[in-house]
Amino acid sequence: MIYFIQKIGNRTISFFSKFGRSAIFLIQMLIACVAVIFRPKLLLTQLYSVGVLSFMIITISGLFVGMVLALQGYYILSDFGADETLGLMVASSLVRELGPVVSALLFAGRAGSALTAEIGLMKATEQLSGMEMMAIDPIDRIIAPRFLAGFISMPLLAALFSSIGVIGGQLVGVVILGVDEGSYWSQMQSNLDFYDDIVNGIIKSIVFGFAISWIALFEGYDTLPTSEGVSRATTRTVVNSAFVILGLDFILTALMFGDI
Amino acid sequence: MQNTKTQDTLVGLFVVIGIAAICFMAFKISNLSSFSKQNVYTITARFENSGGLKIKSPVSIAGVRIGRVSKISVDKDSYESIVEMYINSQYKLPDDTTASIFTAGLLGEQYVSLEPGGSEEVINPNGVIDITQSAIVLEEMIGQFLFKDPVDN
Repeated sequence: MIYFIQKIGNRTISFFSKFGRSAIFLIQMLIACVAVIFRPKLLLTQLYSVGVLSFMIITISGLFVGMVLALQGYYILSDFGADETLGLMVASSLVRELGPVVSALLFAGRAGSALTAEIGLMKATEQLSGMEMMAIDPIDRIIAPRFLAGFISMPLLAALFSSIGVIGGQLVGVVILGVDEGSYWSQMQSNLDFYDDIVNGIIKSIVFGFAISWIALFEGYDTLPTSEGVSRATTRTVVNSAFVILGLDFILTALMFGDI
Repeated sequence: MQNTKTQDTLVGLFVVIGIAAICFMAFKISNLSSFSKQNVYTITARFENSGGLKIKSPVSIAGVRIGRVSKISVDKDSYESIVEMYINSQYKLPDDTTASIFTAGLLGEQYVSLEPGGSEEVINPNGVIDITQSAIVLEEMIGQFLFKDPVDN
């Protein structure tokens, strides 16, 4: 019994101390971001590995998600004779929800896990302590450029996902199913608002980019320096990112679109 | 690691395509270009009942959309509905314009339809439309139809 209570206490303390460490890590990281401005080369390399290499998975998934939305939406909407609103349905679901959320989930799997594994391995092979010995702050040099790269790439990737998805929907809806092209675009344009829909979607993706980069880098930085520790940290990155993305998405949606 | 120049080019391309996607969303998916705040003016109309009219509902003349509803409120004294709308400033309306609330299709959204009169004077910005026709509430019409006095027929 005592053992059981001890275990609960232990879990609670380690949870909160981890939370505290992550908050301190975030502050250090944000301060270090200022230093990155003087080293744009580092940021560029990270933008390549975080952003450019995620380009393919995002565009291809975006295309297929848009195509499936158009296909499914068409069957339901055509029952009501409302198949001209197909464009509106595809675009609003992509721009508001699916674009930011699905691309963030893919991004966490593609780039977040890679960041954690990279930093975790650097820690396990004592590269980070080696840098500290040389009076180079690893947060300045290693962490901050990766954080900024994730923060910048995420909204761009989400915008790409939504745009490609709308084009994919047009491909299926207009070319294959025969919805009128003019009404596909005009319904979409007249009912979606730039500030309410597009900007809110972009804000969502910025928040997700922030959260994913933070989680991925912290898990890597905080990992046990063993091969098992790195593998667990990588798993935790993907799982926690997915939770945080979906949870934050609900909160943001409630704040932006709901009347709660 | 790849050649740095190729890497630079690819990153540049990535950023440009990303920004192009945002612009595509702004101009092609939403309607940023058509109603910016600068070239609109506001007019007000009072309705006995504005029905299911919402903010951003279309305002149209002869079926062509020329503006949108910006604000709906209730007059404290007369309990009328006050509907403010943005009209694209390239359209000038005569001051005997009538405003009516119609429904697009049987179950579609409601919109304000403006019917210009023959007057030479135009409505100024922040002007008021005096002649209005309320929204048709379907339940009321069905009620009237069902409970109509049979003697009339």
